[in-house]
Amino acid sequence: MNTVLIKTYPVPPFCDKEILRYAGVKGDADERTLALLQELKDEIKDKLSYKVCYCVLPVKIQGDVCDFSAFSVSSKTLSNRLSGCEKAVVFAATLGVEIDRMLLKYGKIAPAKALFLQAIGAERIESLCNAFCADLPLAGARFSPGYGDLPLRTQKEIFALLDCERKIGLTLTDGLLMSPTKSVTAFVGLGHTMCEANGEKCRNCAKTDCSFRSEE
Amino acid sequence: MKFNEYLQEHIVYLDGGMGTLLQERGLGAGEQPERWNLTHAQDIVDIHTAYFNAGSNVVCTNTFGANGLKFDDNELEEIVKAAIENAKQAKANSVSKAEKFIALDIGPTGKLLKPLGDLDFDDAVAAFAKTVKLGVKYGADCILVETMSDCYETKAAILAAKENGDLPVIVSNAYGEDGKLMTGATPAAMVALAECMGAAAIGANCSLGPKQLRGVVEQLLTCASIPVVFKPNAGLPKAVDGKTVYDVSATEFAKEVAALVKKGVRAVGGCCGTTPAYIAALKKETQDLAPLPLTDKGLTVVSSYTHAVAFGNEPVLIGERINPTGKKRFKQALKERDIGYILNEGVSQADKGVHILDVNVGLPEIDEREMLKTAVCELQAVTDLPLQVDTADPIAMEKGMRYYNGKVMVNSVNGKKESMAAVFPLVKKYGGVVVALTLDDNGIPADADGRVEIAKNILKEAEKYGIDKKDIVFDPLAMAISADNRAALATLDALKRIKTELGCHTSLGVSNVSFGLPNRDGVNAAFFALALNSGLSAAIMNPYSADMLKTYYAYKALNGLDENCADYIRFAPSFTVEQTATTAVAKTEENYASQLQRAIVKGFSKQAGELTRELLQTRTPLDIVNGEIIPALDIVGAGFEKKTVYLPQLLMSAEAAKAAFESVKAAAVGERSANKGTFVLATVKGDIHDIGKNIVKLLLENYGFAVVDLGKDVAPQTIVDAVQETRAPLVGLSALMTTTVPAMEETVRALRKSAPWCKIVVGGAVLTKEYADIMGADKYAKDAMETVRFAEEIVK
Repeated sequence: MNTVLIKTYPVPPFCDKEILRYAGVKGDADERTLALLQELKDEIKDKLSYKVCYCVLPVKIQGDVCDFSAFSVSSKTLSNRLSGCEKAVVFAATLGVEIDRMLLKYGKIAPAKALFLQAIGAERIESLCNAFCADLPLAGARFSPGYGDLPLRTQKEIFALLDCERKIGLTLTDGLLMSPTKSVTAFVGLGHTMCEANGEKCRNCAKTDCSFRSEE
Repeated sequence: MKFNEYLQEHIVYLDGGMGTLLQERGLGAGEQPERWNLTHAQDIVDIHTAYFNAGSNVVCTNTFGANGLKFDDNELEEIVKAAIENAKQAKANSVSKAEKFIALDIGPTGKLLKPLGDLDFDDAVAAFAKTVKLGVKYGADCILVETMSDCYETKAAILAAKENGDLPVIVSNAYGEDGKLMTGATPAAMVALAECMGAAAIGANCSLGPKQLRGVVEQLLTCASIPVVFKPNAGLPKAVDGKTVYDVSATEFAKEVAALVKKGVRAVGGCCGTTPAYIAALKKETQDLAPLPLTDKGLTVVSSYTHAVAFGNEPVLIGERINPTGKKRFKQALKERDIGYILNEGVSQADKGVHILDVNVGLPEIDEREMLKTAVCELQAVTDLPLQVDTADPIAMEKGMRYYNGKVMVNSVNGKKESMAAVFPLVKKYGGVVVALTLDDNGIPADADGRVEIAKNILKEAEKYGIDKKDIVFDPLAMAISADNRAALATLDALKRIKTELGCHTSLGVSNVSFGLPNRDGVNAAFFALALNSGLSAAIMNPYSADMLKTYYAYKALNGLDENCADYIRFAPSFTVEQTATTAVAKTEENYASQLQRAIVKGFSKQAGELTRELLQTRTPLDIVNGEIIPALDIVGAGFEKKTVYLPQLLMSAEAAKAAFESVKAAAVGERSANKGTFVLATVKGDIHDIGKNIVKLLLENYGFAVVDLGKDVAPQTIVDAVQETRAPLVGLSALMTTTVPAMEETVRALRKSAPWCKIVVGGAVLTKEYADIMGADKYAKDAMETVRFAEEIVK
């Protein structure tokens, strides 16, 4: 039987540099940009939740197929990621619905604020995922449906397994997007002994024209 | 005995967890438990029987996820039929002597409703309706709407139950550790919604253990007049040796729940992790307790999807600004379907501290019914204030009430027979607090006697529909003192008497009193103070009036309603008139052609609006647009293209320019603003990301295009229809996800076929020029400025 557990995290520290990068600010941000960022951070501070539901699964890799016993997925990249692992964690993380409400509101009346909120949300959910993965023993890099050749429809299997709606209020649209939008689902291999350095992971990616590509 | 009768006099025992027991019997991960009604009928019968034998009065059918979204019609019917038969079989098998009922279980759809998610409210109602009809057909005794974590979806389920039968509906929500639903509703808000729609009971289940949900249940008990239900988990799950175990034992569980039965909870059971042993322990722990009698709390309350607003404690402010009467700019916005303008009015009034927003969009030239629905839906996406649906058209009223997310306020009914015959059935069906005007076929009585008489008649008629007086707020009508110098006195007298003689709350459109007089604000504020002192519960008022707000805060402070005068002190600084833009801005700075251009380039919206208003004293609107706003935008746009200005700055400038345009529009209402052409804009079907599209819209509007914004997740046909209707020369499509690119291709194909004249621009994170070429778009725009430049070329 697969036990689905829930974790709620305290607020991870904000990384302004990341937020500004997501917002498309190049070089140094000017005063009013920083003021707007601060205003929104203050406004959103108490409105975010940091929830994760997850399940530890056995995994068997056979060729491109990852067999988690509850379901299996065919993906070369994922099976590469998980090779050598006997167990994997599948998780769903969300910031909750309030940031989507604010995005709706500012999207209609103040797009600059919406842009920054979007950036704050991206940074927040990444930080939440990082905090969750840091708690896992010998965790590899996380890998989400829609990355590489891991099909987005894997979301259906993940949602059926984790009961995300009931556990953390996360739902799937007909187009397989997540709502609330500031959410992530991913697989993480456990028992990794050779963790890739972050920069290396970035430079191994096939998307060479990515504006976020690490240069070092 | 009928379930509802039994509930009135007894403590009712519900059942415990189903999912946990099914897993123990081999239900696989991701397998649909509802199918087990057919494939493992005996297991289901055994579980139900065990619950009945443990003392449950009610077992809930194994139909948590059995709805029209998850199963096709045939399978759904088989499942619900089998589920009810299994429960009936258990009832027959059980050795228990207790009264036994079968509840049709309805859980959430698993999808979020629009505008946050992609499920339409009507589709949610339809999905639940299928299950309800089958439950009625196969003989359920009541319906349990459970584990709902969203107010709007709860409403959809209750509405489906009401529209397809008359089974009693128990409503139970899943609250988080913060004591709210996932989408923000408090227990008080859920009580307001459930009671007004006629639910038989309201409560909490799932999510947490009995200890963590104690606070939620206590809040429910404080405000609910109907029975309170409690069905918590057996604590929190843990994984022990590959098995899921919950951390609260049956004995501990029974003690915790029993403590709340002593406080008045009337129906108890368990959710995840609980078993027949838990129900038996619970029954044992509580069997000697007598049920506490139900008490009518008599609260007059409206709610939004987050919170409830009660009448009678503090004066309630109802913002009146969303109303075209006497407002040229508002009328123009309605005619142009400029929803953004209406939303801004809503958000600005909320910022001023009003508690409820009146929504009146009645204008002869427009389709009020559609507009009211749109306004309600759009407003509740940007503000969490309760709304007051304000219309004279019952069909428009019904639309507003149906799609409202919470317990609505309705403005208004009056003492005329046809008015009551039209409005009261709606209030009965959808619930709500209705404002009743004390006038009838003979008009408005001049004195208080006549108005109190009409109020009594209205109450009598409402009772026939089963509408309680707590859901009627009387407006004894403020009349112009310029026409009758005793008019205000009559109104004040009526206010007092409605409160003391009828025990009802009151609301007034305060500003009518000064009609025909100069400098009306002072008169309005003084009248407001007198009315509050006469017991007025709510005022429909202009929150931009400093005099009215001063009166409100001073009244609260003077009447012991403002601890330490904290609210007064917080708001007092805003009473002083703000300095005008020009004096606030340093005049000698940098190389800008004017202060206005500087404000736009720097992105100061408020200043840009104010400076434009000043310039309008001496220059024509057209001169300001062409001589100031457009040149400033060009500076910013060129900077963006040269990469010296980045996106957030571009947007802040664009917003400042919009504020300047808004001032121009307000001054030039009626003058047909010249636009360069119509641009239809949409995020394609399946995609719910619209930030990029909103940015493009803002810039296009600044550059003089009339933008028809169709929103996100838009079907190809809707886009085609809009382009055909407007004969738009340009259409812009946005997609963020690779999975939605096919929808974009389909839209392009449809447009080529049915609107060959229009040029198609595509953009969004996943698109490239190659993709755009393959799907046959005219242009791939990498950012908003490129879209503007392309659009300008096309209409040149």
